[in-house]
Amino acid sequence: MAKAKGKSFAVLTNGLIKENPVLRLVLGTCPTLAVTTMAKNAIGMGIAATFVLLGSNIVISLIRKIVPNKVRIPVFITVIAGFTTIVQMLLHAYAQDIYRELGIFIPLIVVNCIILARAEMFACKNSVGLSILDALGMGAGFTLALLIMGSIREILGAGTWFGLPLTKDIFDPAVLMILPPGGFLAFGFIIAAINKFSALKIRNKEIASGCGLNCPGCSASGSNGGDPS
Amino acid sequence: MKEIILIAVSAILVENFVLTKFLGICPFLGVSKKSSTAIGMGGAVVFVMTLSSIVTWSVNEYLLKPYDLAYLQTIAFILVIAALVQFVETVLKKFMPALYKALGIYLPLITTNCAVLGAALLNMERNYTLVQATVFGFAAAVGFTLALILFSGVRERMETSDIPIAFQGLPITLIAAALVSVAFVGFSGLFGI
Repeated sequence: MAKAKGKSFAVLTNGLIKENPVLRLVLGTCPTLAVTTMAKNAIGMGIAATFVLLGSNIVISLIRKIVPNKVRIPVFITVIAGFTTIVQMLLHAYAQDIYRELGIFIPLIVVNCIILARAEMFACKNSVGLSILDALGMGAGFTLALLIMGSIREILGAGTWFGLPLTKDIFDPAVLMILPPGGFLAFGFIIAAINKFSALKIRNKEIASGCGLNCPGCSASGSNGGDPS
Repeated sequence: MKEIILIAVSAILVENFVLTKFLGICPFLGVSKKSSTAIGMGGAVVFVMTLSSIVTWSVNEYLLKPYDLAYLQTIAFILVIAALVQFVETVLKKFMPALYKALGIYLPLITTNCAVLGAALLNMERNYTLVQATVFGFAAAVGFTLALILFSGVRERMETSDIPIAFQGLPITLIAAALVSVAFVGFSGLFGI
């Protein structure tokens, strides 16, 4: 029992940091770059995608034993498209401004690779309960990544956060950050920061475990001569 | 005629799918390592996107609109595109084996390319006529290919440069994409679009 509990917890937290779909697996980059001009839109997109992911994970996990292997991808896509349509109609009815801001990227949740990837890698192999946890974890990870991107771009590019003026007296906002190039720029620097951080962690681990000089990581970085200075 | 040219030029430059609309980023980052793969992918996308613009427009006009099924647009379009890609693959394999060989591995990837679905949805959103929709689909795909080929040139140059470890791979690619994108932002305001 304790072991099962530990596994569910691991599934839930897996998507947040260790296998964050955007920052570690680099899936779903289109919405990540396109809708993160404002923190509010980022949250809206994150919640919409999480809803679709949750629905599709539940249904796919329920039908996983009756769907023939050969037609599974079309079936998955149809299920995902169904839930996307539901989200689209809900947003249209109850959240007009988010609907307008996200625009074409709501129907495009269908082709968000995170959702198909989770269906293919997780939901079609695991029970409903675990699939729900996986969807919640991955959805939260996606939302978190979007929120980080959205916050950075909104603060630097517009000087506000969730619409609150923050940096009015400190610096003039750099409009470039909320234009398309800012998306690429912010994403690039975030990934670089994560690389740096995880490289530090690996190095610490190596020192702790007394790694010799000839491990592939060390020799690769040595031969590249990739000194940051 | 003027309107058609305007749609074409703005779809290629001003609203470039990859660099200003963020559609089709996955293939953009995935296959832009070498010019040859970029051209292959670009060719496949031009082919499928032009066809899918025609087919999705017809499906919407003659199937969804008369029966009041507009809310099924997303489902219908993604299925149409998936079927179309499959169909194109089979036809090419049978009748144009040389072209099939050249485009081969890129064709299946296109189903999940959001640029194709994006173009279909934008056509509907803007109420284009069949001719306008076809031109828009074709031009957007040409813009995608242009971005892909330009960027593959940048990436080929980058391969030999000395990049800090943390920036190697994806980060420097994204930052280079940002710089290329700045150039395309410069086109906005052209013809007051």
